[in-house]
Amino acid sequence: MSEHDHDHDHEHSELSETQLRVRALETVLTEKGYVDPAALDLLIETYEKKIGPRNGARVVAKAWVDPAYRTRLFKDATPAIAEIGYAGRQGEHIVALENTPKLHHIVVCTLCSCYPWPVLGLPPVWYKSAPYRSRAVANPREVLADFGVTLPKDTDIRIWDSTAEIRYLVVPMRPAGTEGWSEDRLAELVTRDSMIGTGLPKSPKDLK
Amino acid sequence: MNGAQDMGGKHGFGPVKPEPNEPVFHADWEKRAFALTLAMGMPGGWNIDMGRFARENRPPAEYLSMSYYQIWFAALEQMIKERGLVSDDEIEAGHSLRPPKPVKRVLSPADVAKTLHRGGPTERDTNTAAAFKAGDRVRMKNIQPLTHTRLPGYVRGHVGTIERVVGCHVFPDSNAVGAGENPQWLYTVRFDGPELWGAVGDPTVKISVDAWEPYMEPA
Repeated sequence: MSEHDHDHDHEHSELSETQLRVRALETVLTEKGYVDPAALDLLIETYEKKIGPRNGARVVAKAWVDPAYRTRLFKDATPAIAEIGYAGRQGEHIVALENTPKLHHIVVCTLCSCYPWPVLGLPPVWYKSAPYRSRAVANPREVLADFGVTLPKDTDIRIWDSTAEIRYLVVPMRPAGTEGWSEDRLAELVTRDSMIGTGLPKSPKDLK
Repeated sequence: MNGAQDMGGKHGFGPVKPEPNEPVFHADWEKRAFALTLAMGMPGGWNIDMGRFARENRPPAEYLSMSYYQIWFAALEQMIKERGLVSDDEIEAGHSLRPPKPVKRVLSPADVAKTLHRGGPTERDTNTAAAFKAGDRVRMKNIQPLTHTRLPGYVRGHVGTIERVVGCHVFPDSNAVGAGENPQWLYTVRFDGPELWGAVGDPTVKISVDAWEPYMEPA
């Protein structure tokens, strides 16, 4: 798919056309009683404000501090994540993947844009883009370089192509120097990309 | 279908360009197109696999030149027109010109949170036994359906190892064409880099797909 619209001024007129057409369709569907605009507002608000990567960060931070929770999460992630209140659409069947010094996980959907919504929210543009979808499965180390990430050569990489309704959440390694930290403070280190596998968590010095 | 959506291993798309501090949506119309697509699933009566097929089933040049939400919106228009819920002249006019078709349900604001929280689980009970178990070697079939499938081109014909028996799940290839859920055993199948990418395949990389039993045979 094309790079995002705002990169292309020449697409401006086309964009306005899309804008008008979406507005027109919403009017028609509302007049016919097929949609309730208040429900649309609520859907948008939910994914703009409530459901996003902060959810996943809480799951990861809890797994870092609570060994029993960690065990439950890796055994069956869907109920473990539901314990904290996150469940549902595009996260009906979740698997948590544990990064170690020897193994690094990366999640992709080569066929469309499958992504664990309840824990990460809606996917960023790059995740849905052709460069990521085409290269993550064949040249993951090059893709990581696009994100400024270099792994040790002897770290194996595992790519998870989300071709069914199973959704994957990467649990990154807990950064050094965080002994005794609270869950809330640890969650601040957990980035969205570190839960996709294209990034690493922040280190304590990044928070200062 | 072997459309432009099946991107794994394709060349020439350039580097990944992450956007710092990316907003959830980049324009107001994207928000509305997203919400309309979710909300219309209920009165529209299509399933997720029909939705995916409507998005991918377009000429590759078109698919590759459209933004993500432009594709969503085009698929939404197509699905509501196919079902006779809205006509072209109404979209052109920007108003309803005919009485609505009766629909089963409309998403109300009160239902939004619980509908999202429930989602659409795809695991189903079955009386059949799984044909494969963890550790079995399987070859992905070289199928070439013109309709929707979730078997990516880059694994077809290749041999992998069953890593996990996931469960019995709705089979998209049937569900997308209105032939029912036809649940099938689903497996996580793991491949070595060089098996998929030959001499340039990175031996430190393993790749897995989630694949239904009809996609594979014993290797």
